Amino acid sequence: MAKSHIKMTVNGKAVEELVEPRTLLIHFLREQLSLTGPHIGCETSHCGACTVDLDGKSVKSCTMFAVQADGADIRTIEGMANADGTLHALQEGFRQMHGLQCGFCTPGMITRAYRLLQENKNPSEEEIRYGISGNLCRCTGYQNIVKAIQYAAAKLAGVPFQEAAE
Amino acid sequence: MNDMTPTSAERAEKLEGMGCKRKRVEDVRFTQGKGNYVDDLKLPGMLYGDLVRSPHGHARVKKIDTTKAAAVPGVVAVLTAEVLKTVNLAWMPTLAGDVQMVLADGKVLFQNQEVAFVVAESREAAADAVELVEVEYEALPVNVDPLKAMAPDAPMIREDLKDKPDGAHGKRKHYNHIFSWAAGDKAATDAAFAKADVTIREFIVYPRVHPCPLETCQCVASFDKIRGELTLWGTFQAPHVIRTVGSLISKIPEHKIHVIAPDIGGGFGNKVGAYSGYICSIVASIVTGRPVKWVEDRIENLSTTAFARDFHMDMEIAATKDGKVTAMRCYTIADHGAFDACANATKWPAGLFSIISGSYDFPVAYCLVDGVYTNKAPGGVAYRCSFRVTEAAYCIERAMDIMAQKLGMDPAEFRIKNLIRREQFPYTSAFGWQYDSGDYHTAMNKAMETVDYKKLRAEQKAKREAFKRGETREVMGIGVAFFTEIVGAGPSRACDILGIAMFDSAEIRIHPTGSGICRLGTKSQGQGHETTYAQIIATELGLPADNIMIEEGNTDTAPYGLGTYGSRSTPVSGAATAMACRKIKAKAQMIAAYMLEVHDDDLEWDVDRFRVRGNPERFKTMTELAWAAYHEVPPGMEPGLEAINYYDPPNFTFPFGAYICVVDVDVDTGETKVRRFYALDDCGTRINPMIIEGQIHGGLTEAFGIAMGQEIHYDDDGNVTTASLMDYFLPTAVETPHWETDWTTTPSPHHPIGAKGVGESPNVGGVPCFSNAVNDAFAFLGSTHIQMPHDHWRTWTAAEKLGLHT
Repeated sequence: MAKSHIKMTVNGKAVEELVEPRTLLIHFLREQLSLTGPHIGCETSHCGACTVDLDGKSVKSCTMFAVQADGADIRTIEGMANADGTLHALQEGFRQMHGLQCGFCTPGMITRAYRLLQENKNPSEEEIRYGISGNLCRCTGYQNIVKAIQYAAAKLAGVPFQEAAE
Repeated sequence: MNDMTPTSAERAEKLEGMGCKRKRVEDVRFTQGKGNYVDDLKLPGMLYGDLVRSPHGHARVKKIDTTKAAAVPGVVAVLTAEVLKTVNLAWMPTLAGDVQMVLADGKVLFQNQEVAFVVAESREAAADAVELVEVEYEALPVNVDPLKAMAPDAPMIREDLKDKPDGAHGKRKHYNHIFSWAAGDKAATDAAFAKADVTIREFIVYPRVHPCPLETCQCVASFDKIRGELTLWGTFQAPHVIRTVGSLISKIPEHKIHVIAPDIGGGFGNKVGAYSGYICSIVASIVTGRPVKWVEDRIENLSTTAFARDFHMDMEIAATKDGKVTAMRCYTIADHGAFDACANATKWPAGLFSIISGSYDFPVAYCLVDGVYTNKAPGGVAYRCSFRVTEAAYCIERAMDIMAQKLGMDPAEFRIKNLIRREQFPYTSAFGWQYDSGDYHTAMNKAMETVDYKKLRAEQKAKREAFKRGETREVMGIGVAFFTEIVGAGPSRACDILGIAMFDSAEIRIHPTGSGICRLGTKSQGQGHETTYAQIIATELGLPADNIMIEEGNTDTAPYGLGTYGSRSTPVSGAATAMACRKIKAKAQMIAAYMLEVHDDDLEWDVDRFRVRGNPERFKTMTELAWAAYHEVPPGMEPGLEAINYYDPPNFTFPFGAYICVVDVDVDTGETKVRRFYALDDCGTRINPMIIEGQIHGGLTEAFGIAMGQEIHYDDDGNVTTASLMDYFLPTAVETPHWETDWTTTPSPHHPIGAKGVGESPNVGGVPCFSNAVNDAFAFLGSTHIQMPHDHWRTWTAAEKLGLHT
């Protein structure tokens, strides 16, 4: 099958590759670029394990072709840490608040939460729950994911994080 | 001693041992996308396998033509049953003593059954070729209803068993019958029912559901022809069992099979069994001489690998007029699908279902389970519960509510009246289980006080009156559930898998500098074993948890163990860990005595050191003793500081809990809003409260999914209609309620650290609690039992049947 030539920026680095037109973005990232952080959980856009940040939007990379991402600026979990190498507030928050268990949804969940916090710096619990409803988690019951995102929001705002009373 | 010397408490805190909310070790890699799951694996020359599956629920396979598929560029091989027969692998044994087709041999028995395996250079080429395998089918009559399976004219599912009157568990009474299994005293139970004041009987269905971990089942098989060795990476909850069974099936010597379970993206029972995809990948690697990867997609996962439940229970309880239970009796039809590939301890075809007398003091009880074949996918795993325990807990907890309703008693009061009392422990149930410890009334009372149960009932009463007056269209339900689990299989006298006793293991090696490694026979799938086992060691050995590495999942390095399911890691391998630590500590004590020139008995343990009794300034820390173990052991003693323990528990453990749920149901839309959910768990000694709470949140969310919406449904033609996440309900953050957690602590008397296990309790207690809440909402209108799942449609339909829409 003839291959298409695509160029994009992935985690701040220029990428130029040949891909089959039918190659899914998630397969391109995982197999061609060896970025195995985003996962495949359903291939039908329901679970969100494959979520990446693409041109300022959260995108489920299992239902997009790599060629559609030609020219895009993509960020995956591998590009989430701060420029100085320290962990992003979300990565720290998920560990501090026990926002993960098996870890399979985590890269997609953190990547989604990153965009949520770009759009809303101080989301309420309800806004967080709605904002991550495209990402499924089978282990945590979401309660600690909500806290992890609140923790990150507080840290990014430079204010102390206070857990809501039970 | 000067004032700068840390106190015992300060030193203990630094260890991050048991009781500490230690942050998880695993999270460092998972939050950075550096987990190592099976599908992340890429080997040189690796091929991709994909399965051709049956569109029919039941059909004869007349012909399979692979010519066109084999001609697709990139296709390397196409396997069918005929190919597998040449290596005697067209069928494989199941964990339950049955056999199962690896690829369709003459017939297909359920929709999406594996028919052929295509191996290609890329996953795309494999998928293309799957479409081109031409299979000629002749459709046969289908039966997906377990209640009709033993009818005289029911379609015969298993022609291979036609002339076999005996199954793995005794006589078969029909060609679709698998086993009959009974427990308890039938005569005494029947007699108690005959003279009972009050009896109830209800047909309670626990629908077929699926564990649906976010990562599907997958493997990479790599056979090295020169060495004659097979390496198999896979999503295995029980890697050692996979290796032993793999060796028995393939005849490859066990030492030449290397099974590796890397990070696993959730299991919940789905990843216990051996599946066709694994066998096909192994054969394909042997045939092609190249590594072969097989990854299920979500539809394949939901429709073929290991469903759970499908128990149809005819339940009865007898009681006195004043509300004392006198007997229980239950007849169950268990739908195992087309092959009995249920994952239970081998002697227990219905698992530990006889925990069905629950938390109550039944003088007599009896249960009988018949397993049957239908045209549905095989399985019957314990989806986040011990073997068939959630079915039992659901049944008894629903039945207790129904009896309370008949007696006109409050369901909580009725339970309190019948709960096993503290002084009765260790308690032997009517089915013969010896419950290790419990303080049920304390737990129940704490739960009721915390939620202010009386006030809730008063509010409900007022709302019911308002409903009757037509002032609201909402009905309020209060669900109460008190559950007792039976986990930690098992004592080897009671439990084995294909003859392998269900012990488990830990091997600890302390290095000269006082750090160490512990390898275990279990396998974490998100439970946080790398964090919690190290906490047990920290407390037992006085070494910081951060200095202990935990390793699981590699059969070459890990000691033999039966794996992680049925909440057995803490009860069994957790015990093995403590016991191995105690061997190490005993040796360290001898070294300390030698170094301090005192008798062993003159030493006492203090957090992280042995000190001389009455002279605490003379001591040797564990770190110093680790160094000494490698350079100045007493004469005659072997150097080194390591130990292994294979732990065969004397009994199961019996975690318990009291859950209360409040819902508001809109009778016009059928929508149920969970207003409040309170869960009190008693799992004995608590190793890491943060992880326990996380496990409870997760288990409750799965329970919420099961009770409120999950069902693997088949239509009458055998089509599975719920095989994608469009149709199969997984709760999102929006629907998922807020969880309130609480605890009491009643240690297990027979476990070295008193721990009982917790991961599955919230599923076992959660499902009946939600269901009781929805049922309670309608109870005042005369309804006794509405079947799960309580989705909008079913709830609306229940309201319709009660005449609420006229």
